[in-house]
Amino acid sequence: MPEPTTLSYLVVAALLFVMGTVGVMVRRNPLIMFMCIELMLNAVNLSFVALARELTDINGQSIVFFVLVVAAAEVVVGLGIIVAIMRNRSSLSADDMAELAG
Amino acid sequence: MELIVFVLASAMMLIGAFGVITRRNPVHAALSLVLTLFGVAVHFVALEAYFLAAVQIIVYAGAIVVLFLFVIMLLGVDKAEDLQTEPLVAQRWLAGIAGLGLLGLLVIAVSRGVEMLTTRAEGLATSAEGASGDANIQQLARSVFGDYVVAFELTSILLVVAVVGTVMLARRRVPGEA
Repeated sequence: MPEPTTLSYLVVAALLFVMGTVGVMVRRNPLIMFMCIELMLNAVNLSFVALARELTDINGQSIVFFVLVVAAAEVVVGLGIIVAIMRNRSSLSADDMAELAG
Repeated sequence: MELIVFVLASAMMLIGAFGVITRRNPVHAALSLVLTLFGVAVHFVALEAYFLAAVQIIVYAGAIVVLFLFVIMLLGVDKAEDLQTEPLVAQRWLAGIAGLGLLGLLVIAVSRGVEMLTTRAEGLATSAEGASGDANIQQLARSVFGDYVVAFELTSILLVVAVVGTVMLARRRVPGEA
């Protein structure tokens, strides 16, 4: 049975990235849009790890480690902003956040 | 064997991603996200990045998704969203076309670029090279705490700034206080 090649990992990661992109474009709930950003980050992480294996280079895995940390910080700040916005509004939809003035 | 693991993990990942972008209830979308993250963790194990697989489960599936669920419950938005009405005309069609175009470009780019992957670095501790189970962790630790120790210290500052900023954002302002 053939082993999965690096190309197949990269194609699967590209599929995951595109699903995240389409999700950000289609959904209007900011929470779901955040989850779609997580999908894109995971796709990039997967391609980093696949290329680290292909090139036998540990630096790819180190980068993924830092991406994980930054993603955690990003989610914390983003959810804080969503909670602060929800104080003033009743519905949670990206269309209601169109104006700049709070 | 590896092909079966690859196909199953990819199916988990893509079904979960499809669930995230199509489920109407945000709680269901968050649970689909867990499925995707587990699929990526299985890929990490298959690619012999054992430490990252563990961190993926603990940080992503453990912490980030729980944070999402907390906010969903806290805000009380766990009711189903109406996905039938389309506020912007043809937005979904355009998003689908843009997604297909992006997928085509990415697949062409990686399939052409993968032929150029000829350079090899100093080597990765894999089972093919007779490394033991925790060789990957030792190698990653040498990289993170050696080559990237400044970046590692900076991430601690980033996390402190994120925590303080979130506390300031989510704080309820007391009237009369500046």
